[in-house]
Amino acid sequence: MVNGKWLMARALRLAIYHLTFAIYHGPFFVALLIAGADDVLEAPMATTPMEEFLARLRGTRVWKSVFRRGPARSNRTRSLAVFGNIFLHAVPAKVREKSLRVRATYYLGSITFFLFVVLLITGIMLMFYYHPAIPQAYRDMKDLRFAVANGVFLRNLHRLGAQAMVAAVFAHMFHVFYRGGYRPPREFNWVVGVVLLLVTLFLSYTGYLLPWDQLAFWAITVGTNIISAMPVLGPKIRFLALGGNLVGENALLRFYVLHCVVLPLAAVVLIAVHFWRVQKDGGLTVGEDDVIPAKAGNQPPLDSRLRGNDKGEHGRKEI
Amino acid sequence: MAEKKYEGGFGSDAVKNPQRIVFITKKTSAKVRGDVGKQLMSYPHLLLREVIAFQVLAIVLVVVSLVWDAPLEQLANPLLTPNPAKAPWYFLGLQELLHYFPPFVAGIVIPTLVVVALVVIPYFNINVKGEPFWAGNREKRFRVALVVLIALAVFLAVFDAWTVLAPTVVIGGLLLGSYLQKTAEPNWMTYFRTRPVSWWVMTWFIAVALTLTIVGTFFRGPGWSWVWP
Repeated sequence: MVNGKWLMARALRLAIYHLTFAIYHGPFFVALLIAGADDVLEAPMATTPMEEFLARLRGTRVWKSVFRRGPARSNRTRSLAVFGNIFLHAVPAKVREKSLRVRATYYLGSITFFLFVVLLITGIMLMFYYHPAIPQAYRDMKDLRFAVANGVFLRNLHRLGAQAMVAAVFAHMFHVFYRGGYRPPREFNWVVGVVLLLVTLFLSYTGYLLPWDQLAFWAITVGTNIISAMPVLGPKIRFLALGGNLVGENALLRFYVLHCVVLPLAAVVLIAVHFWRVQKDGGLTVGEDDVIPAKAGNQPPLDSRLRGNDKGEHGRKEI
Repeated sequence: MAEKKYEGGFGSDAVKNPQRIVFITKKTSAKVRGDVGKQLMSYPHLLLREVIAFQVLAIVLVVVSLVWDAPLEQLANPLLTPNPAKAPWYFLGLQELLHYFPPFVAGIVIPTLVVVALVVIPYFNINVKGEPFWAGNREKRFRVALVVLIALAVFLAVFDAWTVLAPTVVIGGLLLGSYLQKTAEPNWMTYFRTRPVSWWVMTWFIAVALTLTIVGTFFRGPGWSWVWP
């Protein structure tokens, strides 16, 4: 029910979170400023005290030992900023201007990945409060609501992020399809993406059981009953998934391990492959004029590339 | 002799072990890949955008999480079956199918076919080339499309699968309508006239999946009967 007390509580929470939010995300902006201020502001000389401070900071031995490059004022150091960094080298040093347009991606892939990161962080925090046991699992949900500071918010973030990630994966896939992003040479990455879709669905589904409430129990019961419909192997697969014939203690433990260890690891590995292949396959699809042949006849006809003859992707003979 | 030839062939000293790194045969000189258009440095152009996207996403997530609460029902009770017992929303399309078809078909065959179909998309030339469906032998293709659609509609009607039939009729109608459209003048149908067959199949799939999910989520009550939300 919406009443005065409820609204007050929400308003208070909102205020608290604006504060924590600033503390959380402040470092992002600071890092961005430190790393890229001179690019963004295009100030060749340190003029303000802040810029002087940053310039001096960059000159220190410690800073240089970490970043090993000068300020990103030339394209060389800008490239180094990307491929000299293990986290950033998942993206290419240069991107086509067309692939940066909002309509090229709507940031759907990025959003999916960011949601995955949010889910990893909130998921680890939830693990500090969760026991995969009956009925303790449900009591932990109650604890999150009534005893843990901001436990509701934490669970809300994880639940919402999970639903949003499933939706984002679907949206990403359909968008890539309509843009023709599955065409050679990107066909394998499309397949990796389909596997990632399945991993995401399994992640969401295994997480669905963990609160051990009526919603969780019956959703998993309905879902796993479908497996039994498979001839011969069905009941055996169901037994394997649940660790028994009913959704019980063993099922909860198995789903917990799948949800917290096996599937996230699989997702991380596959995401790495997915990102890496985007680069290796020539960047994002930018449409029909993806590759404009310099001269007519330069590019082998699509047919010959599809047939997998001795010509490589670039039309060179592979020796 | 052959053994001697490769002795130490993988050493790194180029002076001791000169290696052939490339040879150029006739007419296979390195080719220029062509103009890929204007390029920008990922740093800062891409990374700045990504950081902003992440910030916006984080803000939206936080705000929604503040006003919406994750559902939590009573402790799980195997003896008390809720009616209806619903799967998560992304599986409600499947659950809706289970209402019409036997469990083996709706729960095993159709999901497997969907996954296989998604995986093989890039390996069929017809999907890769993406020629308009009406570009080839129009009359023959129209007859094939008509027969397939009628067979599909009859099949779905026999199983009373109305929530599958409705989007099928809409998309099928658009497909047939885009053929019957004779005028060469560009109008709202022009877009559909130039779509390839992969587009039609995927759009049909999305339309069906969306309809089933929405119906399963909002319009199904006790005993999977139709209710208004």
